[in-house]
Amino acid sequence: MATRGARQIERVRASAHEGFLRHRNFLWLKIATLLSILFITGYALIDVTPRHNGGSWYGYTLGTIGALLILWLTVLGLRKRAMTRGRWSLKAWTSAHVYLGLSLLVIGTLHTGFQFGWNVHTLAYALMVLVILSGIYGIVVYSTLPDAMSDNRSAMTKAQMIDAITKLDRQLQIAAQPLSHEDTAIVSESLREDPFRAGIFRRLSGSDRACRNARALRQLKARLTIAVEAEEDALQAVVQLMDRKAAALQRIRSAMRIRAMLEVWLYVHVPITFALIAALSVHIISVFFYW
Amino acid sequence: MTKVYKIAIVGSGPAGLSAAARAAQLGLDHVLLEKTDHLSDTIYKYQKGKHVMATPSQLVLRSDCDFEAGKRETVLGVWDEQTDAQKVNALVNADVQAITGQQGAFKLKVKGGTNPWEKPPTAGSPHAANAAPDKAGDVQEIVAENIILAIGTQGNPNRMRVPGADLPHIQYQLDDPGEYVDEHITVVGSGDAGIENALGLAADPEQGNVVTILNRGADFARSKGANVKLLMEARDAGRINVMTETSPSLVEPEWLTVDTRDGPQRIRCDRIIARMGSAAPRAFVEGCCASFEEKEDKRNPGKMVKSIVPGTGIEFTSADREAYPKLSPQFESTVPGIFVVGALAGYPLIKHCMNQGYDVVEFINGNTSLKPADEPILEAKFKDLPGRKSVDEWLELLRSNVSILNGLSPLQMREFMLDSVVRFYPAGSTVFERNEPGSSLFAIATGHVLVEVNPKDASITVPIGQGSIFGEVGLVSGRPRGATIRSGEDAILVEVSRLAALRLMAAVPEAKRAVTRISVERQLLQMFGSGLSAADVADVVDNHEIMQVRAGEAIINEREEGYDIFVIRTGSMVVERNIGGKPVFLSYLPAGSYVGEMALLDGGRRTATVRAAVKSEVIKLDGERVRALLDANPRLRDRFEEDMRKRREVNSFIEAKKDSFGNVVDMYSSVASFLVENGIGEATDVLLIDEKLCVGCDNCEKACADSHDGLSRLNREAGKTFAHLHVPTSCRHCEHPHCMADCPPNAIHRGPDGEVFIDDTCIGCGNCQRNCPYGVIRMDKVPPKKPGLLQWLFFGRGPGPGEPDKKWVYDRVSPETPKRAIKCDMCSGIKGGPACVRACPTGAAIRVAPEEFLTVARLGE
Ligand SMILES: Cc1cc2nc3c(=O)[nH]c(=O)nc-3n(C[C@H](O)[C@H](O)[C@H](O)COP(=O)(O)OP(=O)(O)OC[C@H]3O[C@@H](n4cnc5c(N)ncnc54)[C@H](O)[C@@H]3O)c2cc1C
Ligand code: HEM
Ligand code: SF4
Ligand code: SF4
Ligand code: SF4
Repeated sequence: MATRGARQIERVRASAHEGFLRHRNFLWLKIATLLSILFITGYALIDVTPRHNGGSWYGYTLGTIGALLILWLTVLGLRKRAMTRGRWSLKAWTSAHVYLGLSLLVIGTLHTGFQFGWNVHTLAYALMVLVILSGIYGIVVYSTLPDAMSDNRSAMTKAQMIDAITKLDRQLQIAAQPLSHEDTAIVSESLREDPFRAGIFRRLSGSDRACRNARALRQLKARLTIAVEAEEDALQAVVQLMDRKAAALQRIRSAMRIRAMLEVWLYVHVPITFALIAALSVHIISVFFYW
Repeated sequence: MTKVYKIAIVGSGPAGLSAAARAAQLGLDHVLLEKTDHLSDTIYKYQKGKHVMATPSQLVLRSDCDFEAGKRETVLGVWDEQTDAQKVNALVNADVQAITGQQGAFKLKVKGGTNPWEKPPTAGSPHAANAAPDKAGDVQEIVAENIILAIGTQGNPNRMRVPGADLPHIQYQLDDPGEYVDEHITVVGSGDAGIENALGLAADPEQGNVVTILNRGADFARSKGANVKLLMEARDAGRINVMTETSPSLVEPEWLTVDTRDGPQRIRCDRIIARMGSAAPRAFVEGCCASFEEKEDKRNPGKMVKSIVPGTGIEFTSADREAYPKLSPQFESTVPGIFVVGALAGYPLIKHCMNQGYDVVEFINGNTSLKPADEPILEAKFKDLPGRKSVDEWLELLRSNVSILNGLSPLQMREFMLDSVVRFYPAGSTVFERNEPGSSLFAIATGHVLVEVNPKDASITVPIGQGSIFGEVGLVSGRPRGATIRSGEDAILVEVSRLAALRLMAAVPEAKRAVTRISVERQLLQMFGSGLSAADVADVVDNHEIMQVRAGEAIINEREEGYDIFVIRTGSMVVERNIGGKPVFLSYLPAGSYVGEMALLDGGRRTATVRAAVKSEVIKLDGERVRALLDANPRLRDRFEEDMRKRREVNSFIEAKKDSFGNVVDMYSSVASFLVENGIGEATDVLLIDEKLCVGCDNCEKACADSHDGLSRLNREAGKTFAHLHVPTSCRHCEHPHCMADCPPNAIHRGPDGEVFIDDTCIGCGNCQRNCPYGVIRMDKVPPKKPGLLQWLFFGRGPGPGEPDKKWVYDRVSPETPKRAIKCDMCSGIKGGPACVRACPTGAAIRVAPEEFLTVARLGE
């Protein structure tokens, strides 16, 4: 339609539907591979005396490229948070970050000339490898977990999930009125369950072992086997509600587990990046002043 | 002998009250009749503490009652005070139900206590002395020489019409649900009002009410999703008894009999709350002094209904819902002696209402030389035009020169000009530029203008002559201007605001027809491409038919005969074909496209079904005439054939795929239907999230907030999902934005890239939020600027990236800061485009136009 301007169509292309790994048909993967091959060939063909190490001219070149690359990779943290105008896209940045970051493994290793020892130089290298390894974990979870997260939440928001629990709690309170004193105490134990009190490890496991609702449910189910008549009906109603609550809690726990797995690696990736930069600075300064 | 009043004023809103005060001041024998037990019911019902506005500010107030902007309570207090002091003869609980007779001896049938009004101690609150519940059924007759109808447009609640419907335990309003304890209460009607009442009554189990709600249908289609959800929860928790496909059939004290699908049932019922919508007062007004006859019901052959003899009663300008009564310049209706003022006469602002009340009483009292209060405003409007003419002369010139204004009365002309601007354009000056936003309509009073049809070459133009109009495209959809227009000679142009234009079209059927014809003609010319002139398409345009199509309704059915062409004017359509017993989605047609050419060109039957994705409007063109047009224009025929070829290709591609990759096509079809169900059919640009990629980092929301005053215009988590495709809550930039419908300052526009945005004149009334069916508008206070990113990073200053939390904001903005309507503006004016998309690290967030997303090219992605 003529009134739909050309501008819009252009914009749509710019936002073509491709994930960060496939961005522009693996452009950055191609670039990074090419660079790596280039450096490896150089390493094999160029004859430096006495042998390859960080101090040769080839070693200096690789080292400079590597150090600059590390700084640039770090800048992603800024890019992600500075919403400036302009035709950049974080997807393109992430794509380049991932592939160039991986090529750093080649660049860094060649830079060392395979000379390792118990010193700050090797420490910097080790930190770099750690950052890269955590990054690899990152892209693995980034590419495998999102659909599980989507399936688990089935279009519910976090607020709605919490709301569902609050509502079940309210119904439990009403349903528990006819119960005996001891049974009511068990129900109120379930009401005290707060899935968010779980620490990082329990979040990652997603287990309900310490869940108060689960425990209360087990106890009441046992009570149900011996209850009769009106009490049985009342207990049945409560147990049904608690079963539903268990399912709702399970949904929240799964969501938290996936969330945690998607985020936990950044708590390694980023702090070690800073440690890396510190070690890198010491490494560079010591190379220049105390050679 | 019964007393005969000189004037009876019906309705005590600002219009009626002002009229009564003038009558009292002039010493005329008058009576003011008010249906409720307080004055000015419409304003009485405003929310407590509402700020009442006194616009337009240039208009001087001419009334014996004072009025200035202020709180509801203050406004009502001043009026109570002055009504009392001026000894207005006001009767409350006086519901005028019918008016008969003629000028000099009108008879008003009045139901209710009809007791004298007494000034309440606190304005805007109930006053027991005015209530007369025991006399609610009394009926009496009041006789008057003249009548002023000032009943506003709020109307009456629909009443129950079953045996026993007059019993006192039926009520039509619920002020305080906390009032009732231990009762069996039945709510009849399941619109939002009914559901909210039922929820209110059942909210506190301590009250011990047994609440039942009846719904005539099987679902709750007319109510908000959130309300229905709460109701269903209340039902599941056993707090409310929901009876669907049930309607009341007999009311008795303590019992209610209902018809259910399985036959009648008698339930306990101490109180009935009937919330069945309200009927506009139009029928009552039309019936004043009318003669009636028995006539066959058109929709229901064989059944006789009472109908008004044409030419009797108070006539309206047209059958349109927005039409108003036909009035003389002195507000006299087609029944001599009955005058209509206020909102019912088409003037919804309080100041207008009050001025009219004053003027009309002056007129009845014999003062015919009074100039309307709007005279100075109009004088100012014509001041800068060349040629010295009086206001009346200018009005007459515009009326007679501009064809769409020909049918207006002098009074309508005045009203019309209040909302319009008239300007002089020297030869060659630009009226508007291509792609400029604008929703107003222009009419040429003198001279002519030139349309630059070719954006690349300003010298190629098409003239539009005196009397005609232009700019009509923006009227419906607020689309930006399609071409630059400049004056061809010295010209006087009238710029008609969107609101005034819509009103004009409602009031004057010829104006509506003229605007529609022109817009159809131009749409065809634009769609069929250059090389055609208005004369070429005249025959097709003259025989067009505009059809309203409900969502889901088909305009073309597969295998049926027919070769008419359909042009989609508003809304959108989906094309489906039955393959192997299942409807398979073929393509999506946005507004502005046409369909039906295949059968026309190849003479076969229809090969696919075309149905409306959302409520749409289509132009049906006669196939025979289009064929003649094609025969005379080979280039157009080529174009049609090319389009047909492309569509055929798509069809056969999908059919081929269906054989080899059945599942892929099914998937594509169901994703398309999911999107269409979620309103994508009326979107022009929509944010989608691929949940196979989204890691839930919410960087999209943070980016949106950081590039827009610190408030995010999208809610990533909310919204529906299907097959990992998620439609988050974010503006779709609808083809015909619902949010624009009712914005008092007209602050919502469409920008050059098609974005719908809200400008700074937003007054925070919340109408757009209520009108948007997708819930994407939020009302919030704009937070102050945050410290920069580096300050946060290194010194921990400020709340960091993204939307600051509520507490940070509330500590920093004053409680008086008004809330504003906040919605996505598609990042217009931001280089690089939508921030939400740019900031997504994984590429999960995309913004697309539906017709580009719903193409086969995406098949299998
Ligand atoms: C929520 C809201 C906010 C608004 N805010 C503003 C604002 O800020 N500024 C502004 O200028 N305008 C505002 N308006 C518009 C304005 O309130 C109305 O247009 C105005 O009140 C119309 O005045 P009226 O005298 O014509 O009719 P109304 O004020 O509607 O009065 C009609 C009266 O007639 C009575 N009546 C009806 N039928 C009968 C009958 N058969 N027999 C006897 N009596 C009858 C009714 O009970 C009522 O009291 C607002 C409107 C609404 C709904
Ligand atoms: C030494 C090399 C690297 C450095 C210094 C580095 C540094 C960083 C930094 C600072 C961030 C920003 C985190 C944040 O602010 O949230 C980041 C994010 C990220 N990095 Fe690395 N990185 C390196 C290598 C890699 C590698 C090799 C990969 C992948 C194989 C990788 C994958 C990622 C991903 C997926 C993100 C997250 C993007 C996002 O969610 O916004 N990184 N990295
Ligand atoms: S705010 Fe709502 S109605 Fe308005 S354009 Fe956006 S989605 Fe459509
Ligand atoms: S397009 Fe811009 S304004 Fe709209 S949701 Fe995205 S970031 Fe916000
Ligand atoms: S920025 Fe992208 S990945 Fe992050 S929440 Fe938004 S859509 Fe998902």
